[in-house]
Amino acid sequence: MTDLLAARAQMAMSLAFHIIFAVIGIAMPLLMVIAEGLWLKTREEVYLTLAKRWAKGTAIMFAVGAVSGTVLSFELGLLWPNFMAYAGPIIGMPFSLEGFAFFLEAIFLGLYLYGWDRIPKYAHWFAGVMVLLGGTLSGIFVVTANAWMNTPTGFSIVNGVVTDVDPIAAMLNPSSFSQTLHMTIAAFLTVGFAVAGIHAYFLRRDPDNLFHRRAFAIALSVGGVFALLQPISGDISAKKLAKHQPIKLAAMEAQWETERGAPLRIGGIPNEDTEETRYALEIPKALSFLAYSDFNAEVMGLKAVPPEDRPPVAIVHFAFQIMVACGIVLIAAGVIGGWLAWKHKRLPDQRWYLRFVTFCTPLGFIAIEAGWTVTEVGRQPWIIYNYMRTAEAVTSMPNLVVPFLGFTVLYIFLSIIVVILLRRQIFLS
Amino acid sequence: MLSLEFCIACVMLISLIIYMLTGGADFGGGIWDLFATGRRANAQRSLIAHAIGPIWEANHVWLIVIVVLLFVAFPVAFAAISTALHIPLTFMLIGIVLRGTAFVFRTYDVQSDVIHRRWSRVFAVASVITPVMLGVTLGAVASGTIHVDVESGQVDTDFISAWFAPFPFAIGFFTLTLCALLAAVYLTLETEDTELQEDFRRRALISAVSVGAMAGLSFILSAEGAPAIRRGLGSASWSIPFHILTGAMALWAIWTIWKRQFRLARILVPIQVTLIVFGWGLAQYPYLVTPDLTFSNTAAPDTVLRPLLIVLIAGGVLLVPAFWYLYAVFKGAARKAGQTKEEIGP
Ligand code: HDD
Ligand code: HEM
Ligand code: HEM
Repeated sequence: MTDLLAARAQMAMSLAFHIIFAVIGIAMPLLMVIAEGLWLKTREEVYLTLAKRWAKGTAIMFAVGAVSGTVLSFELGLLWPNFMAYAGPIIGMPFSLEGFAFFLEAIFLGLYLYGWDRIPKYAHWFAGVMVLLGGTLSGIFVVTANAWMNTPTGFSIVNGVVTDVDPIAAMLNPSSFSQTLHMTIAAFLTVGFAVAGIHAYFLRRDPDNLFHRRAFAIALSVGGVFALLQPISGDISAKKLAKHQPIKLAAMEAQWETERGAPLRIGGIPNEDTEETRYALEIPKALSFLAYSDFNAEVMGLKAVPPEDRPPVAIVHFAFQIMVACGIVLIAAGVIGGWLAWKHKRLPDQRWYLRFVTFCTPLGFIAIEAGWTVTEVGRQPWIIYNYMRTAEAVTSMPNLVVPFLGFTVLYIFLSIIVVILLRRQIFLS
Repeated sequence: MLSLEFCIACVMLISLIIYMLTGGADFGGGIWDLFATGRRANAQRSLIAHAIGPIWEANHVWLIVIVVLLFVAFPVAFAAISTALHIPLTFMLIGIVLRGTAFVFRTYDVQSDVIHRRWSRVFAVASVITPVMLGVTLGAVASGTIHVDVESGQVDTDFISAWFAPFPFAIGFFTLTLCALLAAVYLTLETEDTELQEDFRRRALISAVSVGAMAGLSFILSAEGAPAIRRGLGSASWSIPFHILTGAMALWAIWTIWKRQFRLARILVPIQVTLIVFGWGLAQYPYLVTPDLTFSNTAAPDTVLRPLLIVLIAGGVLLVPAFWYLYAVFKGAARKAGQTKEEIGP
């Protein structure tokens, strides 16, 4: 394994691990705040029990999220010092703001988790709202930094030296809005369905259990609402890509030729040697329409740039298909659930539907991992799109495979423990 | 003198001091978990867990603030440090991960003695490794062995010799003793139980003496290990009065612990630690990574530093009341009511 490959693998592994806990940290506070709010309003004991139970599981996730995030902040320098020496000041603004969001989250989290009997009821609920705000802002700020890597703005290069740095302009780069929107919705959607899926599993065994019925109702509503929003935001992302990162879009769609009326491909196997994609189901002109709202618009193909400037096409294409497939299933789950609830005027607890929602439990997480693979691998070979190649950014430290394997073992170990502990928390009921 | 980079450097030093006083004490709690002994070992452990449970995540954020400020405001220094000190930083990260996770796992895992002890061990060992590695890093940065070409940012390093030396490790163990001292002193006030108080009083005295020993050792080693710092500590005009002040504070602190004036000790020990870290900052200034990188030759452009400083000030104003509330709820009431064990655990 070359050092560059080891560094990429370590970064990807750390992010893939962190993002799971990060989205739970963003979205679980919403569920808890809703449950606790309903308790304050109705004084039904079951809502308080629910908020407390959710808080316990979340406490574990928060801690793992915080420590794995710390690892990431250091890894930016440990693995990519040249990138940070170049880009640190330019993207520093979102990272600094993120620091405050972390403070907000961590302070109020302490109050929330340990303060049930110590602070007034409404102050406690307010602490939950602040945790939610802190978590959501953290996600938004860090994704802004990532958006800058995709569409760098806010600086200029004179004789190879970075000048005229404008951190605010860098933060408001063209991808910031679409990416942060997409990511934030993804977090609520994923966690909503994951939690709904777990409670659906118990409802199938014990249909009248009030605790699980209430939990299922809250989580499914959150997941369902955000599921409906996600395709809209995905469409905004795709249009941005067509404008600013056409090669990434071409890789996602395995589009080799630059052509008018380009088709949308479902499935298919891209071959990087023969430069063609076979066995795909093609929907004529759909890609042109999705990217430019015009059936005959011209879409750039991969052949427009030399092979060394193309990302690994197959990975990006498959990852995109996986993300969209998961998205479609989740949207279907949301729509069907809403329809059943509206038609029968009650909780959609038909056994087949509960089974369907249980099946949906992991889909959001899979979509998130796949989506990040699209963004990150699709940007290759650049670490800063069109400015710096990943190979130029890597550290001079040798034997990087050692820390990569070390962190991999550590994270596998932590994952196993977290799963065991969560199972225990969940089956406690 | 009051340049933007100087102001940011001050914020970083202040953050480091707060991190030592809060996060450092949390690590110190872990150290005393490792050395919990005697009949009251379990009571000591549960007191420690109760004391740090609600606050460690918030305290930990100071470290992130320091890292972020370093790479935003002094990017070349960040790149040089994380290249040359890749190995101790990696060990520190592993320590951070294991400390945090073992602590929550212990709280939420099955409450059997065997499992509890196993997580305790991980938590405690990680609490020792992390501050040592943090100190090693700071010591290596001060040692003058990390050479950087300022123009290109190229670091001339073999990745080992800068930190694998007596001076950085002396600073590492110095840091460890400071954490232990802080924790022991804070813990005397976390309980009403006089026997537990006595346990931590004894520990505070032991650590106070070790702090003195490690300070002396570090000073001796600095002649070889960190000549630039030695010059700052030894011969600058401020240095003699400053040493006297720090030493006097240390003796007074030991006296109050001895006399069981824990409330006063709780104020004096943090002042002592603040003076130590502050003195190191003074000695090191204007170098960020001795001997090649200074605060001014690695600073990001003013267009970056100005908004950064504004954000820091505005954010700081917002955070103070939030922090105050957190500490008032858990550190004010805890002592009044004298509870130690409730609310933890599933
Ligand atoms: C703010 C920065 C940032 C953020 C939020 C992400 N990444 Fe990233 N990622 C990087 C910054 C980065 C990087 C440091 O810039 C890398 C290293 C090489 C590169 O081009 O980008 C990278 C590489 C990288 C690679 C390797 C690409 C390749 O081998 O070609 C993968 C698979 C991922 N990342 C996956 C993720 C996942 C699953 C994320 C979900 C959280 C994620 N990234 C968010
Ligand atoms: C390079 C990428 C990243 C870095 C450097 C990073 C850094 C960090 C750090 C240092 C923490 C710990 C804060 C604490 O102690 O409370 C953290 C936690 C968190 N991160 Fe990340 N992070 C990254 C990627 C992401 C992404 C992609 C998201 C989500 C979209 C995210 C969302 C969060 C959230 C919500 C938390 C709060 C803790 C939790 O909820 O578990 N982070 N991150
Ligand atoms: C069917 C609807 C969807 C469409 C059309 C869509 C579209 C996209 C596009 C075009 C990107 C690339 C953005 C970029 O590189 O700048 C992307 C990224 C991403 N997607 Fe989706 N997506 C959909 C569903 C989902 C779902 C259901 C999830 C998760 C629950 C998800 C999570 C992500 C994530 C985490 C990223 C990477 C972050 C980002 O760049 O925004 N997506 N998506």
